[in-house]
Amino acid sequence: MTRRGALYFAVMAALLLAVGFYQSWNVAFGILNLCLISAIMALGVNMQWGYAGLFNVGIMGFTALGGLTAVLVSMPPVPEAWAAGGMGMVLSFLMLVATVAAIIFARRSVPAYLKTPATIALVVAGFFLIRIFYLPAVGRIEAINPAHTGYLGGLGLPIVLSWLAGGLVAAGAAWLIGKVALGLRADYLAIATLGISEIIIAIVKYEEWLTRGVKNVTGLPRPVPYEVNLMETQWFINFTNWLGAADIANAASMFVKICYAVLIMIVLGIVLWLAERALKSPWGRMMRAIRDNRDAASAMGKDVTRRHLQTFVLGCATCGIAGAMLTTLDGQYTPTSYIPLRYTFLIWVMVILGGSGNNWGAVLGGFVIWFVWIEAEPFGNWFMHTITLPMGDDNWLKQHLIGGAAYTRLVLMGAILLIVMRFAPRGLIPER
Amino acid sequence: MEILNALALLANFVVVPATAYGAQLALGALGVTLIFGILRFANFSHGELMSFGTMAVILFTWVLQGQGVIIHPLPTALLALPVGILVAIVLSLTTDRLVFRFYRRKRANPIIFAIVSVGVMFVYAGLVRIVIGPDDQSFADGARFIITAREFKELSGLAEGIAIKQTQVVTIAVAVAVVAAMFWFLQKTRSGKAMRAYSDNEDLALLSGIDPDRVVMIAWIITAALATIAGTLYSLDKIYKPFIFLQILLPIFAATIVGGIGQPVGAILGGFVVAYSEVMLTYAYKKFLAYLGPSGWAPDSLVQLLSTDYKFAVSFIILVVVLLVRPTGIIRGKVIG
Repeated sequence: MTRRGALYFAVMAALLLAVGFYQSWNVAFGILNLCLISAIMALGVNMQWGYAGLFNVGIMGFTALGGLTAVLVSMPPVPEAWAAGGMGMVLSFLMLVATVAAIIFARRSVPAYLKTPATIALVVAGFFLIRIFYLPAVGRIEAINPAHTGYLGGLGLPIVLSWLAGGLVAAGAAWLIGKVALGLRADYLAIATLGISEIIIAIVKYEEWLTRGVKNVTGLPRPVPYEVNLMETQWFINFTNWLGAADIANAASMFVKICYAVLIMIVLGIVLWLAERALKSPWGRMMRAIRDNRDAASAMGKDVTRRHLQTFVLGCATCGIAGAMLTTLDGQYTPTSYIPLRYTFLIWVMVILGGSGNNWGAVLGGFVIWFVWIEAEPFGNWFMHTITLPMGDDNWLKQHLIGGAAYTRLVLMGAILLIVMRFAPRGLIPER
Repeated sequence: MEILNALALLANFVVVPATAYGAQLALGALGVTLIFGILRFANFSHGELMSFGTMAVILFTWVLQGQGVIIHPLPTALLALPVGILVAIVLSLTTDRLVFRFYRRKRANPIIFAIVSVGVMFVYAGLVRIVIGPDDQSFADGARFIITAREFKELSGLAEGIAIKQTQVVTIAVAVAVVAAMFWFLQKTRSGKAMRAYSDNEDLALLSGIDPDRVVMIAWIITAALATIAGTLYSLDKIYKPFIFLQILLPIFAATIVGGIGQPVGAILGGFVVAYSEVMLTYAYKKFLAYLGPSGWAPDSLVQLLSTDYKFAVSFIILVVVLLVRPTGIIRGKVIG
């Protein structure tokens, strides 16, 4: 990291400290935690865009998959639901595997002109076969205690495991979509990823047997202690007395946030270290060579499509990890909260601002943009109040403008992206 | 009789809505394909441009309604449409001058254009939400139905009615008129020919003295007009929701690619392919089959291939199939490498 980069990080730290002093330390740590997670997501996108020049517009989908994994790993299983519909689900899954296997086998063994008809016939047959087991099982699972469960539940394992598992699940999905869309023209990947993310969101929103859908999964287990328990623990009471903190509830909530911050920082550290190692290795040089001139790289015998698939999978896996951590931090899974402006395009602004191709830049971009995104709301309010000062309090225009103040953040993000692209396309910390 | 009833049922729930939806998608895809053909990038801000133009139409419609200027039985929004189009044209020409022209002069990579269009999308989305707010807006007035299901039943003596909403007829009529005007422009006028030449081979067109700035300007004007019309018709038919315009990008892009990138005829075909597949795959055929089968019999399930929640999956599946089977689209379009 250069001296300029260090300066930027120092300014960022000062900003967070200022929030701590002037707003509240709870808010400052809340922002810090999301800054850290955003930095991990930005690292994932930087692997795809910065190393390889891939335009992925489906980050939201991979984040949501990571979150889903957090639910499936950590929530306790629902035995009644498994008894009622577990068998049906297992059978439909086996049918799915069988269909895919049959398609692969058929495509290898039939003559070329029969390939497409055979595939279509098998897809249709498989679709109806799966439904025979699937639909009744769904009905039975969702009927069991719908107000509280109504889904299969998870594995009941520690939620930290899901951070790794979330990465693996996202990687699997990325491999499938990358197989189809990579190697064609660049905008196709963008449009295909836009599509896959919408589908993933539709699945987590409407497959209630899996995710409870719009009913949300709340009360996910935590990797850190609960505030209520902390406030009754003797060593914590002694600790706050020793610190001289007056409000023990506030101190407990701070302590929890700091625990999360430490956990996330460890993950960020590992990801960043690996990413830096990869970028400096021969592999990283090869990726940049492919990005800058794929024809030349391909003439040197590099398999461009395979390398692209590799980075695509790695980047999506990183986003999946971040997604699982985000859901852990929230303590609940709300499928309706996934919107592309926040989970896809905002991450893009982070990478572009920070400096595409530079891992430290991506981390910085994650910090700055998340900070601006949060602080834009009070700023927008202040701005609208200021420009409408001459108007009376019951003026309809004033009330309307103040009502829309929250959306100045969208304009601000767009302006940041456009200005950086135009005047500093290499970002705050340029690639070396 | 039973067969007629089945067909009426299908017409009411599949053919009529899918045709209107297809026309809206086709108009949207025409704009995307035009920008693809002339400026050679995937314009992610197209959905929000539709939203912005529609917003202008809605605001002016409210002014007109407040003044008592209405054209019953037609929706007042049709009167306000030219104003909305003008606003959208001014907006996209300003955007081009401030944003896109710089990259065009630099001959930047299409991906850079696409990312820049994401920035434009953010700005448009923010402006729309500041001006009109994030909530649903209803601005349709005039007669609701050309023919209601009950009137149709009495007229034909069938058990199933076909209801035709006025907005659906307006949609199709406007779409036909707009598409006809656009093809006349592209085929017959000098500017239209210049645009086609520029789209086919940029260097050759420049060599023969075609002014690129003029071609780009006309492309933006047409795109803005098409986007406003598409957005307004969609919102008249359903309802105006600011956030829907990011989601509708996917079927529009799918229609563009299915039809062949840069091909106006393809965009129209693609729009209808996507719309019909979406509606047909998510329609529950239970009642339809009950009419066709022996009397007194009905299928046990809904006979719905895909839940309506997954209608966006349909455009995606079409997209993937086209990418795998025929990446150039129905009408051979560009595959810029």
